Amino acid sequence: MTEEIIIAGFGGQGVLSMGKILAYSGVMQNQEVTWMPSYGPEMRGGTANVTVIVSDERISSPIVHQYDTAIILNQQSMDKFEKTVKTGGILLFDPNGITHPPKRTDIKIFAIDGVEEATRMGNPKTFNMIVLGAYLKIKPVVKTENVEKGLRKSLPERHHKLIPMNIDAIKLGMEKVKEFSL
Amino acid sequence: MAAIEIKDIIKKENLVYGKTKILTDNIMHYCPGCSHGVIHKIVAEVIEELGIQEKTIGVSPVGCSVLAYNYLDIDWQQAAHGRAPALATATKRLLPDHYVFTYQGDGDLASIGTAEILHACNRGENITVIFVNNAIYGMTGGQMAPTTLMGMATATSPYGREAALHGYPLKITELIAQLPGVAYVTRQSVQTPAAVRKAKKAIKKGFENQDKKIGTSFIEIVSTCSSGWKLSPVDSNRWMEEHMFKFYPLGDLKDSERNSEEEYKKYIE
Amino acid sequence: MGELKLMKGNEAIAEAAMRCGCDGYFGYPITPQSEIMETLMLAKPWETTGMVVLQAESEVASINMLYGGASCGKKVMTSSSSPGISLMLEGISYLAGAELPCLIVNVVRGGPGLGTIQPSQADYFQTTKGGGHGDYQVIALAPASVQEMNDFVGLGFDLAFKYRIPSLILTDGVIGQMMEKVIVAESKPRWTDAEIKKISGTWATTGKTKDRERHVITSLNLESEKQEIHNHHLQAKYREIEVNEVRFEEFQTKDAEYLYVAYGSSARICQKSVQLARAKGIKVGLLRPITVWPYPTVRLSELANQVKGMLAVEMSAGQMVYDVRLAANGKIPVSHFGRYGGVIPSPDEVLVAMEKFIKEGK
Repeated sequence: MTEEIIIAGFGGQGVLSMGKILAYSGVMQNQEVTWMPSYGPEMRGGTANVTVIVSDERISSPIVHQYDTAIILNQQSMDKFEKTVKTGGILLFDPNGITHPPKRTDIKIFAIDGVEEATRMGNPKTFNMIVLGAYLKIKPVVKTENVEKGLRKSLPERHHKLIPMNIDAIKLGMEKVKEFSL
Repeated sequence: MAAIEIKDIIKKENLVYGKTKILTDNIMHYCPGCSHGVIHKIVAEVIEELGIQEKTIGVSPVGCSVLAYNYLDIDWQQAAHGRAPALATATKRLLPDHYVFTYQGDGDLASIGTAEILHACNRGENITVIFVNNAIYGMTGGQMAPTTLMGMATATSPYGREAALHGYPLKITELIAQLPGVAYVTRQSVQTPAAVRKAKKAIKKGFENQDKKIGTSFIEIVSTCSSGWKLSPVDSNRWMEEHMFKFYPLGDLKDSERNSEEEYKKYIE
Repeated sequence: MGELKLMKGNEAIAEAAMRCGCDGYFGYPITPQSEIMETLMLAKPWETTGMVVLQAESEVASINMLYGGASCGKKVMTSSSSPGISLMLEGISYLAGAELPCLIVNVVRGGPGLGTIQPSQADYFQTTKGGGHGDYQVIALAPASVQEMNDFVGLGFDLAFKYRIPSLILTDGVIGQMMEKVIVAESKPRWTDAEIKKISGTWATTGKTKDRERHVITSLNLESEKQEIHNHHLQAKYREIEVNEVRFEEFQTKDAEYLYVAYGSSARICQKSVQLARAKGIKVGLLRPITVWPYPTVRLSELANQVKGMLAVEMSAGQMVYDVRLAANGKIPVSHFGRYGGVIPSPDEVLVAMEKFIKEGK
């Protein structure tokens, strides 16, 4: 199994940390992972994206231009990455702020109202975990228990009390994700 | 009465002066009248008197004194032009119980190495800096230095230094004295026995300050360059006293035994 | 076995430095490698191993601090990115001339000039063909994974001290910014004074004791004949390194009819292109130089008798390709494919380039 994912949105949406948690979770179940961020000035409030590859084998290129899954969280990223999903691949997006929804018919498209659900949960910071949950429902590349282990490993001790809330957010995302139809 | 023979005079009990063992027997390449020889000698004497030969590391510059390592019997590092304070910074931080000094000329310290000297002093590195200022580039053949006086003729200011063309002479020592990291800043000379004694005292203090860990000690020695100035050694000394001392007055600019934290508080207020 | 961690390449460099007994890091911030100094400052190794970490006023000061620290027989390192390395070249020439061991990390970005902060491999000439003045070489290691970023810090120091030569890790923003699994080594203590005396006691400036002559670290020789002798000595050392220290990795070369030659991040991309090519039935292999100096010339020269052509893939306008051509020595066509100025090629376009090369034979 090799899963090549791009996660793209605004800086501050937790794009990079979502990718990091996914990568950590892969490590927890003995898989090979790479996490390759876009870096530089674009990180400062502009768009941010990260390529995560989770695989059972040694990963060759950490850079790919076609993805099994694209997780898209703003319109700029939709414009840039909708076309990069492999035929038969998956596109997951949050409709909040999307003015031109995806149009491709050769891929499977899912939507998650991450912003709305996070607001309802009373903590906008859980947004990225809700989206991660939605993704893991569609493609369970890592087990939820390994995500918890990954969180434990990647978060500093003082933030460990936030782990249950994050797990709840992941479960909520799993529950709320739905197939998107044009 | 038998004539006194020379072998009767050369006796231990008659000895009034001896060359310090820190100075090697190599013949110096410096021109007659050059101040470097005297400055080398007093640095060597200080090292011997403090008994720190085994713990002293010198950093030589690019310029006439690049070969200082041939004359003082201590371990030496020879730096790229202007960078001696960077070498000394790392050396002192990695060997904090050693005595580390740089020996730099005016071109090396006040022109190409301005950034390194200012920042080493500003960090308060516990090193001693010996700054030989003769207002000219000696080694490359008498070109204008940052410290060349107004109106002074050099190979690259043949009609005399003028502000519009060359800018002004740089009082780097005054600049250094403003920095909170430095403990001791003084300006000395070596053209008379009395001046030599004072300069030696200053250098000694500079080395002793390294034990106290109170920051950088910076000792400028206003010097002559007979070849570059195209004057005899005697005339060079006279010219220095008349012109150099006016612009570069001798004396202490800063002498602080103070706690550097307090010093810093004063500085930011 | 050491601990398993998920780390960025830049962080792995810092972690490895602390674990391999490095005595001092001197650096100046520049993207995309500032995490190296940031990681060190956060870890405060001066409180644990005694390692000195200092933010210098410039890259010029940093490299000269290395000269001072290395003169004392200490394990010292710096890191920077292309424009900063350009500033250090004078110092690197001095370090090479004075035969001082040290480690320099270049996380290359696109140039020329201020260029871009995105990854590039356009500092190959600068690294392997001198860069600074005079006839000199530095040992240049090109990691292709975060694990190698970690491993090459210790290796770089080992080689530097073995030959009294600066070692350089030539990497880029892909490897520097990427996170991968790393097995970190057990921590080694810093060398004691007695160990330094044993390793570098014949030359290091640690203070002149009664039992030895004074030590002078210099690259100056005013007599041309002596300077020529010194150069002979350096060249002999470089030939020895060329014999002993060439490192490379081969990927599916056994039955290869065509060969990619690529180092660092480009090699990772080419590895994927090899897989894509093989899936299409094209017999392509990859040779990855791990040391870009000394270069795997001998092995490439052998492969030139086996394959029909070699394609050098670099994130530059074509620099390493010259070394591939020298190795192939006219036996087979050698060509170059590159994206540059901060653009990273995709495995697909690298495959397209190979297909074109095969078809056109150039």
